[in-house]
Amino acid sequence: MTPSSLLLATLLLPLVGSVLIALTGGRPNLREAVTLVTAGLLAITVYALLQDVLAGGQPAVTLIEVAPGLPLVLEIEPLGMLFACVASGLWIINSLYSIGYMRGNGEQHQTRFYICFAIAIASTMGIAFAGNMFTLFIFYEILTLSTYPLVAHKGTEDAKRGARVYLGLLIGTSIGFQMVAIIWTWIAAGTLDFTAGGILRDKINPTLLPILLALYMFGIGKAALMPFHRWLPSAMVAPTPVSALLHAVAVVKAGVFTVLKVVIYIFGIDLLAETGASQWLIAVAAFTLLSASLVAMTKDNLKARLAYSTISQLSYIVLGAALATSYGVLGGALHIATHALGKITLFMCAGAIYVAAHKTEISDMDGLGRKMPFTYAAFLIGALSIIGLPPLAGVWSKWYLAMGAVDTGMWIVVAIYMISSLLNVAYLIPIVARGFFRPSAALVPQSVGAAAAPATNGLREAPLLCVLPPCLTALGCVVLFFYADEVIALLRPIVS
Amino acid sequence: MTGSALSGIMPHLPALQVVVPLLSAPICFLLRRGLVSWAFATVISWAAFATALLLLQAVLTDGTIRYEIGGWAAPWGIEYVIDATNAIVLVIVAGIGAVVMPYARRSVAAEVPANQHSLYYTAYLLCLAGLLGVSITGDAFNVFVFLEITSLSSYILISAGAGMDRRALTAAYNYLVLGTVGATFFVIGVGLLYMVTGTLNIIDLSARVPALQDNRTIHVAFAFIVVGMGLKLALFPLHTWLPNAYTYAPSTSTAFLAATATKVSVYVLMRFLFVVFAPTYGFMALTLNYVLLPLALIAMVAATIAAIYQYNLKRLLAFSSVAQLGYMVLGIAYGSVQGLTATLLHLFNHALMKGALFLAVGCIMLRVGDVTMLGVRGLGRQMPWTMAAFVVGGLSLIGVPLTVGFISKWYLVTAALSDGRWPIAAVILASSLLAVIYVWKVVEAAYFKEPPAGRVVREAPLSMLVPTWILVLANVGFGINAEFTVDVAQTAAMGLLGIVP
Repeated sequence: MTPSSLLLATLLLPLVGSVLIALTGGRPNLREAVTLVTAGLLAITVYALLQDVLAGGQPAVTLIEVAPGLPLVLEIEPLGMLFACVASGLWIINSLYSIGYMRGNGEQHQTRFYICFAIAIASTMGIAFAGNMFTLFIFYEILTLSTYPLVAHKGTEDAKRGARVYLGLLIGTSIGFQMVAIIWTWIAAGTLDFTAGGILRDKINPTLLPILLALYMFGIGKAALMPFHRWLPSAMVAPTPVSALLHAVAVVKAGVFTVLKVVIYIFGIDLLAETGASQWLIAVAAFTLLSASLVAMTKDNLKARLAYSTISQLSYIVLGAALATSYGVLGGALHIATHALGKITLFMCAGAIYVAAHKTEISDMDGLGRKMPFTYAAFLIGALSIIGLPPLAGVWSKWYLAMGAVDTGMWIVVAIYMISSLLNVAYLIPIVARGFFRPSAALVPQSVGAAAAPATNGLREAPLLCVLPPCLTALGCVVLFFYADEVIALLRPIVS
Repeated sequence: MTGSALSGIMPHLPALQVVVPLLSAPICFLLRRGLVSWAFATVISWAAFATALLLLQAVLTDGTIRYEIGGWAAPWGIEYVIDATNAIVLVIVAGIGAVVMPYARRSVAAEVPANQHSLYYTAYLLCLAGLLGVSITGDAFNVFVFLEITSLSSYILISAGAGMDRRALTAAYNYLVLGTVGATFFVIGVGLLYMVTGTLNIIDLSARVPALQDNRTIHVAFAFIVVGMGLKLALFPLHTWLPNAYTYAPSTSTAFLAATATKVSVYVLMRFLFVVFAPTYGFMALTLNYVLLPLALIAMVAATIAAIYQYNLKRLLAFSSVAQLGYMVLGIAYGSVQGLTATLLHLFNHALMKGALFLAVGCIMLRVGDVTMLGVRGLGRQMPWTMAAFVVGGLSLIGVPLTVGFISKWYLVTAALSDGRWPIAAVILASSLLAVIYVWKVVEAAYFKEPPAGRVVREAPLSMLVPTWILVLANVGFGINAEFTVDVAQTAAMGLLGIVP
């Protein structure tokens, strides 16, 4: 197959998969097989494309001209390649996990769940490979809509309320700000193509650049920049596999990925550096970064704590982009991959704990680590990677981000990165410490129905399909530490 | 053989476009039997649609068509003039008619008393002929004549709902009074124009009015025409007849009228504003900027907010229509090529959205008999295809990418921004975000609420689902590939403003 038909396949495979899932809905085993096969084929396709890109290829395909001058174009560049690799690779692992989790919990409407999941992945691929801002925007909106049923999955009042906030904020910011920014860009520059070095130089009055940047940054609600971050904690009412893949990887990373695309290919980092148009963004991102970390410390609900941690980590990337230096941008791009691996591990562990012990609050999890050692070990590795300790992948992205800050001479930004890492330690490590060292929570009265089951001191891990995936991603954190150079080599062209 | 017959007919297509449905109306009445009348009306609608498509194709390849009725030359006789602008309006009107008719059989059978069926289809054919006539004619007085045919027949189409709900009669009566006031205002305006120019032919008018632009009579004529058409197209605050009329009419009438009647009035307003008069006149700029623009903006926001608080789905969509007409008038008020392009695009796109939505609501009416928020509860499971159609139509109304609504919003905002009108762009986006609320109210009720205990309903019949889904797919199709519609709208807008491409 030619690279451009492979490119088309990344979009079509998950879509065809979703149709097949709908058709096989009555037979769960077959349905899950379809999900896994589709995920596998998608990963192979993306891998083949990666080989082509590493060999210097730049596949592109025009889907259709929506209106005069507004084509839907797919075109690969390194940043999108990385994002697609991360999303498609983790989809396989997450699909295994979904099966374990959804069956372990006896969730309803599983067919709808897998259909929407596949459509969400298709739109993620569309975002990753979008060749212009118009295409990206369209897939961005489809991603929001296709994940809405996943967030509202349980159908309870809580789920509906959370999903309303989710939809309201994401649609509201994207139509209210992002679309304006895109149309403004279109009118000013006459094009929306992602072009190395940006398309806005000499096209827009430099004093207006910060305003346009603000429309983009707040319009990309998925990057969860304060004050438009509330949707992410609200989305935690979703089943954990959704939180894991979509709200730690696909959706939120689509947000920061879009931020990077806009900064690199619409504005151009040189233009931002010369005009200082992104100075204000440094302050906003730094504020989000620190305050979200602080809020995370106050949360007792494990998924809520992880959600705020995600908000904070996303701002690392936005901050890296705002610095408008090569290292900042590289670090931000790398952080998409490293944080994805780390955070999906944490979420999958949280889900495993829920399946095995039905616990959601951290204060109830005392001593649980001794019963679920694999889960907790994976959690520890994921946490350490996010904190940024070697030999785990997270250290590299933080390293580059800090280098970016040093480049601009803004020592305060370096300090903020470091302080935040300490805060990460403060809100992640106690979870593990409680699990291993606090006396077991056996005194907590069990529900009446469970009284028959004797409290054993033995292992009480979640089903294999819930435990294996986080262990794999935790392993991934270690492996990526040694292969970070290859990733940087892939990314290098975006700043040259 | 057929080829030569067709080529013999071809030159007379403009006349046939109107004459065929008009003459079919009495025949339809004579047919007496409901089902036969329906079959006849359906065939005639399809023929009208085919004619409209042929005309559009002819206009796009050969330019404006002028046709003298009865062979009487223009200033004395009546002339039909078809350019890109009204060709697209003809396609909208005839196309919606062609889609709605197959749907009508089951829906009308359920909502209109059996002894009135052939009368109903007769009124429908008259209404279709009237709407096509208003769009096609190049004669100002002829516009009025067809306008009256349309109005009188649509009062019947609305009051046919009286079998379900007696309030249809007051709704139709209200519409009758206000519609007549509107048409009278319009004809007074036309009369005044005739007084000073001595012609009723629109092309001649456009040649003679510029010399008289400071004439007080012309100003008065202008005011009467704008207010009269404002009433007919339900421009805020002259919209009060619309919500009740749409709510209590039979579903088929609502779908047909909502997608066509107001659109035709918007077209007439555009034709007079930009062809007979011109945006360069002082009084015109004043009207556009200080009358139409603010009213359009108020309509967009106020009617959307009103829609949020509606309990009846038809009423909700009716208020949304008032808001959407605001978008169309907004494009007119810009007075620029981009603005008119946006208006014409939205004219087409909104017909697709509202057509699809009202047809979906008609399906609910048939099966549940209750189109309130209570009635739609749990329908996501019980009538999956109908509700899916409603959701896609709703997304299009909001303006989500890959639907026609997005294309409309994109061009409206582009038109606002390229003139540097930032606050207006903000209002457009704010009102489309408010639309999310009323659409989502329905979505949540249908998908996340349990149906009322004990209610068992089946999915709507195929004869209704297929037309609904044709419009739904058109929403997506023209949303993904809008090149054709944008091209036609752009050509038409430039034609209206007299700009040679």
